[in-house]
Amino acid sequence: MSTFNLDVYMPVVILIALATIVAGGSMLLGSFIRPHHPNKLKETAYECGEEPIGSAWANFNVRFYVIALIFIIFDVESALMFPVAAVFRHFNEIGLGGTLLISIFTFTLILVAGIVYCWKKGDLDWVKSFNAPSTPQVNALSKDK
Amino acid sequence: MNSTVVTYLSQSKEFTNTVAWLSNALGFDATSLVAFVIFAIASLIVVGALATIGGLGTYAERKISADLQMRQGPNRVGPYGILQFLADGVKMILKEDLIPAQADRFTFILAPFLCMIGVFATLAVVPFSSGLMLADINVGVFYLVGMASLVGVGVFLGGYSSNSKWSMLGGMRGASQIISYEIPATITIVSIVLIAGGLSFKTLIGGQGGLPHEWFLLHNPFAFIGFFVYFIAALAETNRAPFDLPEAESELVSGYHTEYSGMRFGLFALAEYIEVFVVCGVAVALFLGGYKVPFDLGTGHIFTEKLGLDSMLSQNIGQLLELGSFFTKTLALYYVVIWVRWTLPRLRVDQLMTLCWKYLTPIALFNLLGIAVWMYAFDGKSIYSLIFNSAVTAAGHH
Repeated sequence: MSTFNLDVYMPVVILIALATIVAGGSMLLGSFIRPHHPNKLKETAYECGEEPIGSAWANFNVRFYVIALIFIIFDVESALMFPVAAVFRHFNEIGLGGTLLISIFTFTLILVAGIVYCWKKGDLDWVKSFNAPSTPQVNALSKDK
Repeated sequence: MNSTVVTYLSQSKEFTNTVAWLSNALGFDATSLVAFVIFAIASLIVVGALATIGGLGTYAERKISADLQMRQGPNRVGPYGILQFLADGVKMILKEDLIPAQADRFTFILAPFLCMIGVFATLAVVPFSSGLMLADINVGVFYLVGMASLVGVGVFLGGYSSNSKWSMLGGMRGASQIISYEIPATITIVSIVLIAGGLSFKTLIGGQGGLPHEWFLLHNPFAFIGFFVYFIAALAETNRAPFDLPEAESELVSGYHTEYSGMRFGLFALAEYIEVFVVCGVAVALFLGGYKVPFDLGTGHIFTEKLGLDSMLSQNIGQLLELGSFFTKTLALYYVVIWVRWTLPRLRVDQLMTLCWKYLTPIALFNLLGIAVWMYAFDGKSIYSLIFNSAVTAAGHH
């Protein structure tokens, strides 16, 4: 198509509306027929029958945030790859494939450099402490024996 | 042209007649209105069919797991227990709706909606057949990757808003797992886009043929590895075993949906089972020839030529064959997904991250480079055509 036509996105809008209607409708339908007898015990969080201690919104393991950071970098970079990938075949046919190949290689090598860096730093290991057994304390303990 | 339902149907006489009649009656050009109605009806059909498939998916899961474990499985509701999913749905609607007192109400209610919207929106580009594709968006597969990641947001919000320790752990795991495995999946998709030379599903499938040697799976060795990378990443993205850590029932009770009851839980489950179908459909479209039928039967030209059928009728027959081809392959993959679930034990969190970042991502990057070099070196020819051509030239010399 020569002109950009937003009509193709009509099903997307319809489907999002349908998802909301299906989800909301089943909840609404249920609200007429389901029982509703809340009490204090029912509304507590499930903690295997014990009374819940404190809130779950506590400080959380920093590993998750490191993973999220690495993801952001890689996701943006792979999003940047899409346009190049989409035109690669066409450029190859008109004889410019070499240029694109070089750019793909350069870009991917930067990506690889990033992953090698994270790997070296130990950010790809989930349990980082296992990689640092030679702390002074451990040595001191082993000397005592 | 865009191969949407409307474009397909607009070839028929009835469409032109309806548009002309409505334009006369209403006094303006009714093409867009008719298109909207057709889109709405087609969306309803697709959503209905996919919801049924999702429901039957839960039934198939239980029945297949029962087979694998030498049990009976559901066998009371309807013949062979096939109506079990309807009974489950009725039960979930009838269940009391509980929202924990300490939860964040707004996000608690929002989370299952986000999952549903993320999955339903991806249905717009799933290529069921060359005619029955709701929208052939020119950035189709990119759109699909983006919309599917909305499910991760839903999973995380569900875990976070419940304010329960199990949910929190499950939600955090789900978020880190879904975003991590998006990397190898996306890079593999990029490498297939390199072969096809376009982002829309029409282009992606158009580069393939009906017979296995014309599929991108067997286009070159890198694409063959890429299929398995994508499939593993897709399993992890949909939280299917062996990657079902976000809901790991033996350690996290039920993970991110521990606090969800009744239909709210049902929405999560429905979204998950439809998403499994969608990622299987994408794997089929990218690697296994999509809706293509062998020997170009899908276009229906052959029925007109050989049997002298009306061209619209033979096109419709072709569409049915394409639907059959797509659903056969996708449901076969769906079976594999269920089969894997009941065969392999669950991974540990650190193993999960190791598999993603230290194995799948480097392999996917290597595949990307390999496919780029292959496309440049062999002018985009598949391994089959290379062998076939060299055999032909060798035969020509003698």
